[in-house]
Amino acid sequence: MAHVAEASAPEDAAAEPRVGALGRIMRALRLPRGDFFATTGLIIYAVFLITALLADVIRPHDPLEILFSDDGQLLANAPPSLTYPLGTTNLGRDIFSQLVVGTRAALIVGVTAAIVVAAIGTLIGLISGFFGGWIDNGLMRLADVALGIPFLPFTIVLSSFIGASTWTIVMAIALLLWPNTARVIRSQVLTVRERAFVEAARVSGSSPWRILFVHVAPNILPLTFLYGSIAIGWAILTEASISFLGFGPSDVVSWGYMLQDAYGSQALSRGSFNWFVPPGVCIVLVVVAGFFVSRGYEELLFPKLKD
Amino acid sequence: MGRLITVDDLKKHYPVSRSLKEMVNGERPAVRALDGVSFELEERESIGLLGESGCGKTTTGRLILKLEEPTSGSVTVDGQPIARLKGKALKEFRKQAQLVFQNPFDALNPRLTMEQSLSEPLINAGAPKAEFSDRIAAVMKQARLPRIKEVLPKYPHQLSGGQLQRIVLARALILGPRFIVADEPVSMLDVSVRADILNLMRDIQRESSLSAIYISHDLALVRYVAKRTLVMYLGRIVEDGPTEEIVLRPQHPYTKALIAAVPVPRVDQDRGPLPIKGNVPDARRPPSGCRFHDRCPIAIARCSVEDPALLPSAPGHRVACHLVAKA
Repeated sequence: MAHVAEASAPEDAAAEPRVGALGRIMRALRLPRGDFFATTGLIIYAVFLITALLADVIRPHDPLEILFSDDGQLLANAPPSLTYPLGTTNLGRDIFSQLVVGTRAALIVGVTAAIVVAAIGTLIGLISGFFGGWIDNGLMRLADVALGIPFLPFTIVLSSFIGASTWTIVMAIALLLWPNTARVIRSQVLTVRERAFVEAARVSGSSPWRILFVHVAPNILPLTFLYGSIAIGWAILTEASISFLGFGPSDVVSWGYMLQDAYGSQALSRGSFNWFVPPGVCIVLVVVAGFFVSRGYEELLFPKLKD
Repeated sequence: MGRLITVDDLKKHYPVSRSLKEMVNGERPAVRALDGVSFELEERESIGLLGESGCGKTTTGRLILKLEEPTSGSVTVDGQPIARLKGKALKEFRKQAQLVFQNPFDALNPRLTMEQSLSEPLINAGAPKAEFSDRIAAVMKQARLPRIKEVLPKYPHQLSGGQLQRIVLARALILGPRFIVADEPVSMLDVSVRADILNLMRDIQRESSLSAIYISHDLALVRYVAKRTLVMYLGRIVEDGPTEEIVLRPQHPYTKALIAAVPVPRVDQDRGPLPIKGNVPDARRPPSGCRFHDRCPIAIARCSVEDPALLPSAPGHRVACHLVAKA
């Protein structure tokens, strides 16, 4: 199973020797290509990434600025127009600008949390599966403990103890989400370490750490990316939930913050769909994109699933 | 010629999970993969370990290479017991002892190019980087791999089984080992390339004063590459002697059965029924006395009680059977 997955990357390398920087990055991340869902997911990511990077250029107003009309009136609950593409909030803030800037918070939380989760999970999974024995037992019991902690309450408690910030949320996600990755990586290590090339490395005198990182780890990497891409969605969802519940940082505009703002000012009962639908759609899109990309990795890992 | 390897009363028992009854009775059941094996290997000698699957031949190879630790008994290489090797001494031992794998498609890391795979032993041995390309080129020539420049940047799935097995062989040879263990070296290859690889291994052995242990279930292969053969059955050596002697004048009833079972290349061959029936018994509960007695066509009462020792029957020939005349 594993070596089918490995096969595709080097084959591409041989087929197209000249590729640009983008192609090289794609290959380094082993991004799944050619699959419809995966491509859709990647495009959604790309759009949000560009939006986040160029947020200051794209946004027409400061997201927290209170806007007034030309005759000095507060621009509260303005309907969508050319100057205010999605209208304004009840305090006269531009919704479109908030949406654009909120992309940043979502992606920062999503990507950093995913990287941390994938890194911790992979490392612990590798060590646990490869060395076995009491190391394995200790780490896996720790994973059980982490899995037993309820997610949102833990994040809320953590936020209230060490202060609400983007990094608190990233930390909470990292602390609770790594066991899923670690367990799957561990089980994969258990099969890879029995393969003959690992034995060959031992016979040729490789140290255990060298075997682990040169011979075992690269054969597990697609699985890391799979779990990383799932973690992006989870992280963004968590950040939105925390902010919606009001435990998020109050100075960072995020989609969850927008939803909380809308909820708190009865936007729903007033039928201001232009306010609460867009952030909701954005959250759904990013989370779905994460699952689409992970689907692509899945097919890379388990090609038999296609039939 | 000096003595290279001494294997003394080697045992390897793998514990298996216990049933409730066994726990109550305090029994510790184990698969006796290897149950008291002793033999010697001279320098430049090549021997074949012959036997059906599960007889312990692969375990023997792995114990000699210190890939596993024996339950009891010892392996001595060059006068040094390998059980105590550690750190530097172990690294030195790894240079001397190499393994050729059964499945070349699995023996090379799919993520590494041929060049990287061949560099691994050199990196581990601490060879200077400047020597790498020369040494790789030299060993590939030794393994008769043509078009070096084309092959080196390739990944395993881009090459054929025969090419891969040559790379595996080259990797085993690159540090100039004293002996290699070849575990079914050609059983995964197409018949057309088997002879190539075997000829190559024979030539290399001749050129580079290498000792070799060939592990196989295939009598024809062992006869082709090894001057001496050890026949194994259920974790024991039952016969040990010059390969030609064993093929032409087998002494142990099990060896006789093995040879009778070799297919003859004739479609309408008529052959008598095999002299033995049944299957290899459970290695957790080997039969009492001679382990072969329950399948042996000539067994007598003594066989089920007394375990026969491996005793000389002729010069350089040992047999473990009560019914074979001792020399």
